[in-house]
Amino acid sequence: MSIDRREFLKTLGVAGAGLTGVSALGKSKPEPDAEEFYAILHDITLCEGCQECEFACATEYGLPTPSDDDYPDSSVKRELLPERYTVINAVETSVGEVYTKQQCMHCAQPACASACLTQAMKKQESGPVTWDAGKCMGCRYCMISCPFDIPKFEYDSNNPKIGKCQMCFDKLKEGEAPACVEACPAEALIFGKRSDLLRIAHKRILDNPGTYTDHVYGEFEAGGTSWLNLSPVPFKELGFNTNVETKPYPELTKGFLYSVPSVFILWPALLMGLREATRTDSEEGADHE
Amino acid sequence: MSEQILTPPSSYWKFFKSELKPRASLWTVFNIISVPTVLLAAVIIVIRFIYGLGAVSNVTQSVPWGLWKGFNVVTGVAFAGGAYVLTFMVYILGQEKYKPLIRVTVLNGFLAYTFYAFALVLDLGKPWNIINPIIGNSFGTSSILFLVAWHFMLYIVAQMVEFSPTVAEWLGSERARRNLKRLTIGAVVFGITLSTLHQSGLGALFLMAKGKIHPLWYSEFIPTLFFISSVFAGLSVVIFQGSILQRVFSYQMDEHSDERHNVMIRGLSRVCALSMFAYFFLKIIDMVHNHTLSLLTTSMGVWYLVELIGFVLIPMLLFAYGVRIGTPKIIKLASIMTIIGIVLNRMNISVIAYRWDEIPRYIPTWMEFVVTISILFVQFWIFRWVLHRMPVLRTMESMTQTANSKG
Ligand code: SF4
Ligand code: SF4
Repeated sequence: MSIDRREFLKTLGVAGAGLTGVSALGKSKPEPDAEEFYAILHDITLCEGCQECEFACATEYGLPTPSDDDYPDSSVKRELLPERYTVINAVETSVGEVYTKQQCMHCAQPACASACLTQAMKKQESGPVTWDAGKCMGCRYCMISCPFDIPKFEYDSNNPKIGKCQMCFDKLKEGEAPACVEACPAEALIFGKRSDLLRIAHKRILDNPGTYTDHVYGEFEAGGTSWLNLSPVPFKELGFNTNVETKPYPELTKGFLYSVPSVFILWPALLMGLREATRTDSEEGADHE
Repeated sequence: MSEQILTPPSSYWKFFKSELKPRASLWTVFNIISVPTVLLAAVIIVIRFIYGLGAVSNVTQSVPWGLWKGFNVVTGVAFAGGAYVLTFMVYILGQEKYKPLIRVTVLNGFLAYTFYAFALVLDLGKPWNIINPIIGNSFGTSSILFLVAWHFMLYIVAQMVEFSPTVAEWLGSERARRNLKRLTIGAVVFGITLSTLHQSGLGALFLMAKGKIHPLWYSEFIPTLFFISSVFAGLSVVIFQGSILQRVFSYQMDEHSDERHNVMIRGLSRVCALSMFAYFFLKIIDMVHNHTLSLLTTSMGVWYLVELIGFVLIPMLLFAYGVRIGTPKIIKLASIMTIIGIVLNRMNISVIAYRWDEIPRYIPTWMEFVVTISILFVQFWIFRWVLHRMPVLRTMESMTQTANSKG
């Protein structure tokens, strides 16, 4: 019996280490360099609200194109949908009507990907955060975790998809720019390496005093994202989520994840120790029954 | 436990058939309510799989987890916490006096986990991919949900092992019983470790929802709070359930069981009161630390106080008082209040205080309620069936004796 127990503890240790070792492994990979991703800069001051990007996105992904009633209107806020990966909204601000574009931010360290238990959400080396239908089990934990509330779920389907911008991952592989960037007639969207875009953004702020609010939204939000925004007014006025943390969201769970291996090693030892310590002689016999 | 002479049934097939036959009248109030509800739920589930979740549930793009996850999974698991606390007390600390409660509590835990796993499947958009985190190249190892899922699964196995000697006794296989019994302590140690991790892990699930959960409920202590509250949640269920079983299954109890039961629940109340104190204290520290005290005057703050004072502080005092003066009535009342409090707390974190500012609010459909309740009903059916037939509340010998004396 006592041999059995020892054997068991050994197995337990191995199983525990195996189970939690993998989690350590997943973390020990160096975080990809946030500066070297591809990214997109949206200069809101240049955006004309023409929705060409929306049309291009819909065509690229075979989604319904915006109807005639779907033009940007500051009295309605159009939302992202499972079948609408990006949306242009008009916002009435202190400098007049301004157009915002919403889509997945492609965080450098995405909450959604760290939340996903099947790796269906994945940060690709080149920058995009993609979703894989073959892996997703539809638990919607990515939706709980995303600080920007981006992933949308097809509630009306028996084989539901998570709908969100993929930053045209397939086009990127071919060396092309995302469809929305290609379609923008006003050059409000620029595609490039994140570090280059940040430099451009800060230069624009510096060179055009008064035109921009001094903030590149996406530089630090959620630990940095692959989508950067320049705006003529503070982002709060535009309805951007200004409550996001500046550190990456996966950090919030690190403490817990790190404690798991130690619990797996310490607990069984502690429990067995306690058991031996509290046992009286008469019980020893009873246990061998 | 002393040696028992168990006689294996001559034909397992006949034995199973006879055991499946209902022993009492089927026309009880509970059955009249539960059977149609469960049938209705079955229809709803079929609709859900044909037309998608949206056809039966009100969950939204901003509140993606509704009643099924919030109640059946997040709340239910806390209630199943009694099993690890009791096995800890009996097998690790050697508190033999609680042994009579072990089997029924482990059974309850095992059923709860199995059914909540089932509830989870209902809620998954692509349940056929549920296998992905278990096999292949899809290990989302940085995900808390991945850990919770694994620990959940392994814990179901551990509980199965813990309960298996009872099944062996029922089947009359002495050899199997002896062998399975040897595995118990291993399963217990493994089970407690897993429970620690997944009870707190359920709380850790919400760590990334910072900014979405009302600041009074969001805390970096959530995992610890979930863990501590699973102790008193689980024990309150043991106390409450015990008092009902004592009545319904009185024919299975001997004449001293009432006394013994009162001694046990007083001991458990002590643990409840102490763990609730720790919980309450941590909540206060958290409020001071996060500077959320000023929010207490808002309407969400009042709601928070209802939960914290009405359903943690007051039952805690009642438990303490009940232990002192030794009235089981007060202890039972405290356990009921605690159970309500846990429901409030878990529902608050996962549904009510989650995107509290969202308009329109998520309100579950009647269909979500029907399915939620049905899961509990079916669980109860099986629980009842097992209690009537297997030596859970009593020993095999006493069962054969009653059967013999009845002729
Ligand atoms: S914005 Fe949300 S969905 Fe997009 S990468 Fe970041 S966490 Fe994921
Ligand atoms: S819904 Fe799909 S993509 Fe989102 S976390 Fe779950 S498995 Fe991953």
